[in-house]
Amino acid sequence: MKKTLHYLLLSAIALLCVFPFWWTLVTALSTEGNVFAFPPTFWPKAPSLANFAEVFRVIPLWDFFRNSVVIAACTVLWKLIFCSMAAYPLARMHFKGRKLVFGLILATLVLPSEVNFLVNFITVTKLSLVDTYTGVILPNVVTAVAILLLKQAFEEVPQDLIDAARVDGASEWTIFTRIMLPLIAPWLATVGILTAVESWNEYIWPSIVMSKPDEFPLSVGVLYLRGTFGSSTRVVAAGTIMTIVPTLVAFLFAQRFFMRGMDGAVK
Amino acid sequence: MSRTTLTAWLFLAPALVLLAVFSFWPVGFGSYLAFTDYSLIRPTHWVGLDNFRYLFANEMFVTGLVNSVLFLLMVPCVQVGALALAVLVNNQLPGIRLFRAAFYVPVVTTVSVVGIMWGFMFHEQGTLNYVLLLFRLVDAPVGWLSHDGIALFAIMFVTMWRGLGWYMVMYLAALQAVPADMQEAAILDGANRWQRFWKITVPMLRPTIAICTILSVLAALKAYQEVDVLTQGGPMNSTFTALYYAYDQGLKHLKLPRALAASFVVSLLCIGVALCCLRWLKPKHR
Repeated sequence: MKKTLHYLLLSAIALLCVFPFWWTLVTALSTEGNVFAFPPTFWPKAPSLANFAEVFRVIPLWDFFRNSVVIAACTVLWKLIFCSMAAYPLARMHFKGRKLVFGLILATLVLPSEVNFLVNFITVTKLSLVDTYTGVILPNVVTAVAILLLKQAFEEVPQDLIDAARVDGASEWTIFTRIMLPLIAPWLATVGILTAVESWNEYIWPSIVMSKPDEFPLSVGVLYLRGTFGSSTRVVAAGTIMTIVPTLVAFLFAQRFFMRGMDGAVK
Repeated sequence: MSRTTLTAWLFLAPALVLLAVFSFWPVGFGSYLAFTDYSLIRPTHWVGLDNFRYLFANEMFVTGLVNSVLFLLMVPCVQVGALALAVLVNNQLPGIRLFRAAFYVPVVTTVSVVGIMWGFMFHEQGTLNYVLLLFRLVDAPVGWLSHDGIALFAIMFVTMWRGLGWYMVMYLAALQAVPADMQEAAILDGANRWQRFWKITVPMLRPTIAICTILSVLAALKAYQEVDVLTQGGPMNSTFTALYYAYDQGLKHLKLPRALAASFVVSLLCIGVALCCLRWLKPKHR
């Protein structure tokens, strides 16, 4: 009885979380009937993929998709390189200024980063990076959270391994690339997946930097769809579904990474 | 400089350069520009508090500021909700992982998509009104996004909907770190579920509660994305938030000093409120 109540409660909340997705999917798959009808339809009428095909026909969805992939891939790659490089000495070296650097990195957690966009827009303009992937990617490459997570990972590597390598005459760079990075691969994966989804979903900054529609990533392009086809709700719904699918698939396959990423961020 | 120090700084250099350019510079330079008449074409002059005087005499900004503070109403809702949800999913019932995933799905969805989907839900003839009419909770369809007294709360609801799963995972992680033997000892002592929750779980979760509350306070004060995708500040400017005003002025009307002054005010507000939260939530020394 108690269990039933438990499930009932969970199901009600789950319904609230998932229902908008379901309704959008039903709308995208249906080809008949009024979109907004009383009572609403909760199952597709005359289901077909026509609305999806329509999205491809009227907007450069593949371009948006490619832009998102390039931006996400570059952000992940550079973030893993630069943040792991920064995390390594913070975790394993004793050097002058360590506390200061660490403090500065922590400070960026507290500073309200959203207010940076305005000046960053000036900076990106002055660097002539407007309308470039680089302009979208650069400000997101280094984040305090990534550095902290990777620092924690490096701290768990046994000191013996490093000492042994030093005795064998390995340079710091060799130790870093040959020993440390392979050992923290699961954490690199965590940071990589979190970053990929974050970057895929980022909306405000790319919409500031990119001005030409064919350069938009999906997150921005999908709104462009609404602007162009205000009347065709089904096409908008179809475009919406296609935008979410990659993140949902990534999420379902990498669920444990999401949970672990959060776990690490809190500690 | 010793060899190690040099190596360490070389490793750190790329990250520090990017942080300096895109995190520290904007804070410093932005704060300075808020007191000037900066524009891309004229030389810059120091104008003191002029921008701030303009803002506080400006109805739109004041509405925005009030709305940003109103957004704080969602903090207790989302925190209590997330903690309750975490407790609900923190057990080994069959299928529980599926529920956790369902609650987390809104978190990994782009805000633009969220905006479109909730635009559908909030439509006058949308599902939400249908359900409410079905159960006779309202007499006529509600204009969730078109009524100037309601739209802001609709946006707050969407923000909560998106945030709930995120905080749930934070609390879930903390709950799983609570040692089981403490609970078992309390059970032996005859403590009931409710007592165990308040006397053991909540004190153990205190640091997490503090962090989550502060993060959610900051998020509330900085709300703008949902506004942008749902109402663009309308109807009748009723859903402007302070930061949305800043972007609107800075990026659409290119009034950068005014925009930076607005975001300066938001930053001060964030820092002030965060400090207060820290004091309240710090564990008391006994």
